Amino acid sequence: MFSNKRHCLGVRGFIFSIVVGMSLQFSLIAQNQTDSIAKTLLLDEVVVTAKQHSEIIPAQKLSGKELEVLNSFSVADAIRYFSGVQLKDFGGVGGLKTINIRSMGTNQVGVFYNGIQLGNAQNGQVDLGKFSMDNIEEIALYNGQKSKIFQSARDFSSASSIYITPRKPSFGGDKNTNIKANLKFGSFDLINPSMLVEYKISDNVSMSLNGEWINSSGKYKVHYKRVFPNTNTVAYDTVATRQNSDINASRIETSLYGVFSKGSWNIHAYNYSSDRGVPGAVINNVWRRGERMGDVNSFIQGNMKMNISSRWNTLLNVKYASDYTHFENFDYSLYPTNNKFRQKEFYIATANLFPITKWWDVSFSYDFQWNTLDADFQRMDDYDVFAYPTRYSHWLSLATSFDFNRLKVQASILGTFVHESVKKYIAPEDKHVLAPAVFASYKLLPKEDLRLNAFYKKIFRTATFNEMYYVEMISSDIKPEYATQYNVGLKYTKQLKHFFFKSIEAQVDAYYNQVEDKIICTPKSPMFKWTTYNLGLVKIKGLDASVGNLFQIDKVFLQTKLQYTYQKAQDFTDPTDTFYANQIPYIPCHSGTAIASAMYKTWTLNYSFIYTGERYSQSDNIIYNHVQPWYTHDISLVKSFKINNMNFKATAEVNNLLNQDYEVIFNYPMPKRNYRISLVVEL
Amino acid sequence: MKNIRLHIILLLGILLFSCREDEHIVVSEFQVIPEEINYDSEVMGMYLVNEGNMGSNKCTMDYLDFTTSVYLRNIYAERNPAVVKELGDVGNDIQVYEDKLYIVVNCSHKVEVLDAYTGVRIKQIDIPNCRYVRFYRGYAYVSSFVSGVLIDPNAPLGAVYKINTNTLEIVNKITVGYQPEEMEVLGEYLYVANSGGYRVPYYDNTVSVVELEGFKQVRKVNVGLNLHRIRADKYGKLWVSSRGNYNDIYSPYGSVPSNLYVLEKKVGYNDMVVTDTINIPCSNMAIHGDSLYLYSHDYDNLTGESALTYAIVNIQTKEVVSKNFITDGTEKEIKMPYGINVHPEIGDIYVTDAKNYVSTGTLSCYNKEGKRKWRVSTGDIPAHMVFLYK
Repeated sequence: MFSNKRHCLGVRGFIFSIVVGMSLQFSLIAQNQTDSIAKTLLLDEVVVTAKQHSEIIPAQKLSGKELEVLNSFSVADAIRYFSGVQLKDFGGVGGLKTINIRSMGTNQVGVFYNGIQLGNAQNGQVDLGKFSMDNIEEIALYNGQKSKIFQSARDFSSASSIYITPRKPSFGGDKNTNIKANLKFGSFDLINPSMLVEYKISDNVSMSLNGEWINSSGKYKVHYKRVFPNTNTVAYDTVATRQNSDINASRIETSLYGVFSKGSWNIHAYNYSSDRGVPGAVINNVWRRGERMGDVNSFIQGNMKMNISSRWNTLLNVKYASDYTHFENFDYSLYPTNNKFRQKEFYIATANLFPITKWWDVSFSYDFQWNTLDADFQRMDDYDVFAYPTRYSHWLSLATSFDFNRLKVQASILGTFVHESVKKYIAPEDKHVLAPAVFASYKLLPKEDLRLNAFYKKIFRTATFNEMYYVEMISSDIKPEYATQYNVGLKYTKQLKHFFFKSIEAQVDAYYNQVEDKIICTPKSPMFKWTTYNLGLVKIKGLDASVGNLFQIDKVFLQTKLQYTYQKAQDFTDPTDTFYANQIPYIPCHSGTAIASAMYKTWTLNYSFIYTGERYSQSDNIIYNHVQPWYTHDISLVKSFKINNMNFKATAEVNNLLNQDYEVIFNYPMPKRNYRISLVVEL
Repeated sequence: MKNIRLHIILLLGILLFSCREDEHIVVSEFQVIPEEINYDSEVMGMYLVNEGNMGSNKCTMDYLDFTTSVYLRNIYAERNPAVVKELGDVGNDIQVYEDKLYIVVNCSHKVEVLDAYTGVRIKQIDIPNCRYVRFYRGYAYVSSFVSGVLIDPNAPLGAVYKINTNTLEIVNKITVGYQPEEMEVLGEYLYVANSGGYRVPYYDNTVSVVELEGFKQVRKVNVGLNLHRIRADKYGKLWVSSRGNYNDIYSPYGSVPSNLYVLEKKVGYNDMVVTDTINIPCSNMAIHGDSLYLYSHDYDNLTGESALTYAIVNIQTKEVVSKNFITDGTEKEIKMPYGINVHPEIGDIYVTDAKNYVSTGTLSCYNKEGKRKWRVSTGDIPAHMVFLYK
């Protein structure tokens, strides 16, 4: 009877699939609209249009007003609204949040902050929960890669990429200082004050300073209920409080932005430190755990762009990063753990663009990166089994792009060279890999903005330090994990002079991905001796669709965005496995989001909905691993007002409005209905 | 206008149709197996505990019913629907004593006591980091990795808890070696295999000898590095397996392989000492008649592959008489042997396969000639088995 039900849900999913999504397009506002809302919307339009020209296939983007519409506390919350994305969320303010794009695995996602990739040589995953929405201007998601050619070689090096752009200073009129203060309170005893100061040092140089403090007890009610299948009478029904998920974190960032006659430059320093509980899985007879984690992440990076001549543009990126993690277990009934990890990274990149003709550009980029990992996890005096790896990576890219008015094409080839040295054990063999990519976009009709987009890309990742060295059986012949992507899609943008219906932007993409030689880390004996090897083969067929509209009803503007994702991601590793051709864990067949926001004078009412269909928590698609769909409704009300030349914005949010008990990851319960209020003042 | 109406209708459609329902309790599944029913057999059935991967809370209990030839999967939740979060996380042992079934659930820090014939819970006994259970004259003895006694700042000593099997109350506790695993009762003594698993690379290498009447550790016998299994045979010998240090070349002891040791009393003495080393790696064993069936994983440091062996040791001659008790070639279909048991009457051999630890495992039954009779799917990491008698 269970399987029948699942079948039913599948059908419902298809009904859902007819609902296609969209992305907001502000371009077509009535010409003579003088309302302040229209002004904001028009302002956004300029930004969006300017950026779209630089890429062959535009990204999914959330910026400015669109970001404000979402009740997002961290970048991770906002990213859930993109097509093709699955967020792994372990719950609460402090819980780990990583993303998986088009089912290719978290380690295949590149995350770029202010233009330079965030590294984690240790586990290859970036915790997006650490990035606050406080100072973010734009989040963009690119499948394949950012399809412009004037970029560093690492921009070509991931299967998909997220670009997080912090707010850049801009000064209206004769102002030379912007100050923005924000105070947030919320459920789970959340306190979150932040402050942003922007100062114009000269006409060419401005600076910004941004600090934030987050403190939360992380305590929320957890409800577990089971009923008998036929009678629906209660078997058990219990409520507990989620323990040990507190967080105390601070972030401070400062940057300098400058322009000179032939280009621009930027220096950015970042520090994040946190101390948090690791709540762990909720299992029978255990409701509290003793694991704690401390982090200090710092980096300083610089970027310079320069037009040396009309035939040569150059770009330079430099970064130094240091990351410290301390993991401790205070539960003395378990293995006493006290581990410290230190990662260091140095990175330098140069990119060069050579415009050859009006329609033909060529680029060449070279990046170098140095990583080390130092671990302090020996417990018995003189016994130290850690390998102390150092990795030297070189990336070299050659790219070209053609713009024949209606047809735009880009082709690139990326060469990667990795050398690793270790103090103990055997270092892996050097790796040399070439990976090609082709992107194309064709405007189907001369007078309509209807584009046919397509890309092919092959990319790989090397084993992370965790995969290489935290295993008892270190094997030096781990091959890179390959991902191959094929994508074809249509995008249509139409702006209407209709009194009510202002704009539409619709997009649909079909894709086929294959992940080969997937790096798998499992214990290979009953004694839990972990080892890493290349084994997996996953084939992914997917469809992303979205529709965005802008409506006007008298003085009310209504923006909507609907987005739907279908994914069939199957494991074809070994035909003798019981889970051969089964859907891989935690990837739903159907998922989607809906966002609507209504603006009237100084009031904004936002609504957002997220749906994640049924999934399996493990490889076998059987009833015992079945995880039910979850969906949340979030709403918020925003009021802007002015007192003595100071702009205020007050927001009240309700998340998980219907109070649903759900788990994104099995045994990691998510919060029920929760609230946040905030007040922002700008001067 | 039409467009927006469509949107609204579809949006409402989502809200109405994509609903969650209340989570059901886990229901059992059954499967008929091609096993001849022997109505004269004293053996009614066999319980099997699936460990479940750590953190998954997927420890489950299956039952092989010899009286009907049916394999029942996942029977705990159905018989104990009111237990919050079911059987728990990482089952580590299952035993029957005087009509009661004892399940040691390691990461849920408890021993679950059920009625052996109905599977209904009688009581839960909380013991931190508990591992195995054995019995002697009305008491259950449970080994635990932690005693709370910190001699070494890096690792606590382990303990053995004593439980009255009538009241099901903990009555006493003693400190033994580091991270004790299996125990065995022989004569008036309890022998405890200490692993020292929390003290890498300085594993424990002793068997603690506990005098049961006074319930105190009387001595320790040096055996081998990182002990795990301990079984008594009908001749009064103890068979003890060690895990070694998994080919750790950086260990101060060098690379020490898994091994199997024999402990006996020397003529004229009352103390058990190591008399023989079989020099065969041993992951798990089961004794039937004069045969000790064992399987082992042996690693090749260069290829990273583990060679699996299914051997028989004659317990009288202490010689390895077979290196493959599975004779029909079906051992190739076992990826990770994880549990072994032998039917006391007909000598059928049961071997479980934990596969990759995060998927459904299997239980295979071989006749005593080593031919596979049947195979069924189990839960995740099928591991520990115990027979139920009439």
